[in-house]
Amino acid sequence: MNKHLLSINDLTAEDVLRILDTAESFREVGTRVIKKVPALRGRTVVNLFYENSTRTRISFELAAKRLSADVINFTTSGTSVAKGESLKDTALTLQAMGADAIVIRHASSGAPLTLTRWVRGSVLNAGDGTHEHPTQALLDLYTMRDRLGRLEGLRVAIVGDVLHSRVARSLSFGLVKMGAEVTLVGPPTLIPPEAPTWGVAVSYDLEAVLPKLDVCYLLRIQRERQRQRFFPSLREYSRLYGLTRERVGMLPEGCLIMHPGPMNRGVEIESDVADLPQAVMEEQVTNGIAIRMALLYLLLGGKAEGVGGDA
Amino acid sequence: MSATRILDEDEIRRAVTRIAHEIVERNHGAEDVVLVGIANRGDDLARRLAREIERIEGQAPPVGVLDITFYRDDIGMRAEAPEVHETRIDVDITGRVVVLVDDVLYTGRTIRAAMDALVDLGRPRAIQLAVLVDRGHRELPIRADSVGKNVPTRRDEVVRVCLRELDGEDAVYVEEPAGEPGGSA
Repeated sequence: MNKHLLSINDLTAEDVLRILDTAESFREVGTRVIKKVPALRGRTVVNLFYENSTRTRISFELAAKRLSADVINFTTSGTSVAKGESLKDTALTLQAMGADAIVIRHASSGAPLTLTRWVRGSVLNAGDGTHEHPTQALLDLYTMRDRLGRLEGLRVAIVGDVLHSRVARSLSFGLVKMGAEVTLVGPPTLIPPEAPTWGVAVSYDLEAVLPKLDVCYLLRIQRERQRQRFFPSLREYSRLYGLTRERVGMLPEGCLIMHPGPMNRGVEIESDVADLPQAVMEEQVTNGIAIRMALLYLLLGGKAEGVGGDA
Repeated sequence: MSATRILDEDEIRRAVTRIAHEIVERNHGAEDVVLVGIANRGDDLARRLAREIERIEGQAPPVGVLDITFYRDDIGMRAEAPEVHETRIDVDITGRVVVLVDDVLYTGRTIRAAMDALVDLGRPRAIQLAVLVDRGHRELPIRADSVGKNVPTRRDEVVRVCLRELDGEDAVYVEEPAGEPGGSA
């Protein structure tokens, strides 16, 4: 495995399986009374979040703490970043403090890659612009394998604003890598024109796709996209692409409903549907901690490079 | 590399039977006993011991498997993070006698890690240790309560335990490294 995790495409199918298998052991740790193991004692993990994301940050924070690493949360408001410090200077500061890993969320695609040029430790991409969100994709793959027993041959629809969604990109790449069949579903304005080159199918008709699915994966619709004229109204979006009770009836039995959160109940998913037993959003959250523990362990459990001289 | 077999199938079977008797004797029965095998192979031995104890006492003690990877003292000293296995102990170990089971006792560092892992899972009344082979060279003040066979070895030799469940045969070999004696393995 690479020293960094920037994109799902940095990983081989074998790497993905190793991460999922390692996460399996870490999920057991989460069921103990003492949910902590000393595996990364003395290591320092920095959460560097240029965009607000309480869920992802907390998940990484909990993952690092359960491995006994020290965690520093570096958010942009009220810090040197708000005073105009550049990404490079922030990186060099964290480096000088001996960070072994930097978990970065940034509005600009490619910021994590840029960061790797300045720091010696591992860089984990926690979402960059409209590029990728690899840890979300891995926790989704884990949840699907856990619930359905396999990834190969699974029929998965990813529904919604694929164009702006780093989750959709990472998840598509990951699913295709593991041999699943992916269909992107949404209004034509929200499906990226290059999507067919990812090895996925595209459909504009949700109801035609529903009966042939093992997983129905819904993306969050960001309200500002309507102002940017990607679709006429939220109501029209829900009418055509929202997962309603009625549409759930068209899904085969045992089909999972997934969502990366936070959900807009009543927009991409009807409120009742989000509470059905086949909707596994809470499992996704729990599994997210195990996946992030596995990644931190696999990236930092080897020889220490972040501290001391150039290795 | 030359290999000498130091235990064959029958000898392993007799050693397991004797250790099972020792566990029952030491604990005046097996009522409070939980057998916890250290992955890999320790868990297979623990299951065999449980079957023997069932034969002797009429009831098999619970068996768990423990992975000690997260508790190793050499994390960060190896090039790659060591592979992780499953930990599964379905009973509460608090107040019970945990018998740790492993194939080979060597430096004692694995057992040290296993004890740390156990106390994170509960507070056993006592922890005991049963091993198939004790090859010496301890680096920590740890000893086994039951030993299948004491085997004097050199540090550069390798003790290889084969069990039917994983390796298709029951045998223990001591392997000499290739090249002149004393060379690093």
